[in-house]
Amino acid sequence: MQTKRTIFPNKWLPYALLAPQLAITLIFFIWPALQAAKSSFEREDPFGFRTTFIWFDNYARLFADPMYLNSLWRTLIFAVLVTVIAMGVSLVLAVAVNRLLRASRIYTTLLVWPYAVAPVVAGILWWFMFNPSIGILSYVLGQLGVSWNHRVNADQAMILIVLAASWKQISYNFLFFVAGLQSVPASLSEAAAIDGAGPLKRFFTIVFPLLSPTTFFLLIVNINYAMFDTFGVIDATTSGGPAQSTNILVYKVYADGFLGLNIGSSSAQSVLLMLIVIVLTVIQFRYVERRVQY
Amino acid sequence: MVENRPWLNILTHAVLTLGVAIIAFPVYLAIIASTHDGGAFLRGVVPLLPGPHLLDNYGRMLGQGMSTSGAPPLTLMLANSLLMAILIAVAKIAISITSAYAIVYFRFPFRILAFWIIFITLMLPVEVRIIPTFKVVSDLGLLNSYAGLTIPLIASATATFLFRQFFLTVPDELMEAARVDGAGPMKFFRDILLPLSRTNIAALFVILFIYGWMQYLWPMLVTTDTKFYTIVMGIKRMAAVADADPQWNLVMAAVVLAMLPPVLVVIFMQRLFVKGLVETEK
Repeated sequence: MQTKRTIFPNKWLPYALLAPQLAITLIFFIWPALQAAKSSFEREDPFGFRTTFIWFDNYARLFADPMYLNSLWRTLIFAVLVTVIAMGVSLVLAVAVNRLLRASRIYTTLLVWPYAVAPVVAGILWWFMFNPSIGILSYVLGQLGVSWNHRVNADQAMILIVLAASWKQISYNFLFFVAGLQSVPASLSEAAAIDGAGPLKRFFTIVFPLLSPTTFFLLIVNINYAMFDTFGVIDATTSGGPAQSTNILVYKVYADGFLGLNIGSSSAQSVLLMLIVIVLTVIQFRYVERRVQY
Repeated sequence: MVENRPWLNILTHAVLTLGVAIIAFPVYLAIIASTHDGGAFLRGVVPLLPGPHLLDNYGRMLGQGMSTSGAPPLTLMLANSLLMAILIAVAKIAISITSAYAIVYFRFPFRILAFWIIFITLMLPVEVRIIPTFKVVSDLGLLNSYAGLTIPLIASATATFLFRQFFLTVPDELMEAARVDGAGPMKFFRDILLPLSRTNIAALFVILFIYGWMQYLWPMLVTTDTKFYTIVMGIKRMAAVADADPQWNLVMAAVVLAMLPPVLVVIFMQRLFVKGLVETEK
């Protein structure tokens, strides 16, 4: 790993400089993670007197549990929909802004601010619009003959959380797509235009392929976002319901552990989620960004 | 622009206008709702034009809060949020910049190990290890305290990486010259490295302030005392009550107040925000 050509010779100073960060990491990150791993192999009796070591029993139960498999499936649907919608919309907007010579800054300002809206607030905003009794969108849908009630209809609940989660993520994707588009050399598009390629053809044969590093990076980030950062959206809108239809993995860990007090199962779920984050992080660092070198 | 196509220009503006409208509509509705009185929502549809009760609603929420939900006045929650966001941003920057400095400018046993331990934090978001982390914090007696709200969140791999990358681009000659002139490591850090990092620190502060402000799950777990409620977590409680006893005007006033500070930061510090976002991204 890189350092400077010359370095300071101090023996203890670097440890002192690192100490706060390492202490917090060990106490609040690594130790709890190890605890989760440990209790994922244990079962507590109902009174909390005795814990027994049960190997992979918690995991086996999880994968035999239709509720957990349902949660996996729902998470997959949710993540795919959020990623596709948030990335699709923001790519269109980024391409449009990139065409402009003037006014691009104003549009950018008007498009990026939802980044600063907390997920739970985004959830409440959309919940307000889709509220079955007073929401404007549920009213409009009612006029069109669709009876909207996300409290009983599983698909509608999923649509609600997908919209709220995507809405918030558009600004982030938009900024990265704009940055990516600006790094595509204009000379290539100009050459293609001289050869007679129209705007659509130029986009799909030149710009989009050259944008693929950005697209792939955003793909990973969006999956990560949909799986782990949307807790607030779910908690504000559906709380996992109706009938578990929006109980995505990260919400289920919380609900089972904190509300259901099933520590063994919740820990096993934690460990599985950590494995997912680890895989996503490794993909991101190994194949996406080469800016960080070790 | 490669060529001039008038219809494509019109389409571009149409797409962007539509995009801006869709992005802004939920917030527009919230602002409108916060200017009416409670009765406006009994007719069945949300009003679409502003009403006359803006000052009433905001004044009431800031001064008293929503009595039925047991939440404190919004001034207190906003102050808590502000304090939490600033503490998190400052502490993250402080411990990350010193860590990066140690890793780049010194060679010592376990340097690589230290780097990897910091790296691992990326892989352990709080959402996936809620219960054991909660237990650690409660064993340390940090529930219902500002320390409990902030300290467990201030380890930061991304900030450390950003400073490390930046330090690697700082010319070696600076440090060599400082050493020739007899400057020790702390003097070099304070008088040369810190001033050079100013823009990076500012950009990072913007991103981390927003991060701290948006925290929801963690404050919800570690605070039961209303004195420590932050606005983002307090809103959920108010909304849950509003569902049974609609006081939408008040809930939406709270929503607008909860959004406003970080959104203003993004709008007015857009350049720093974009720099921070693009560069910290792993």
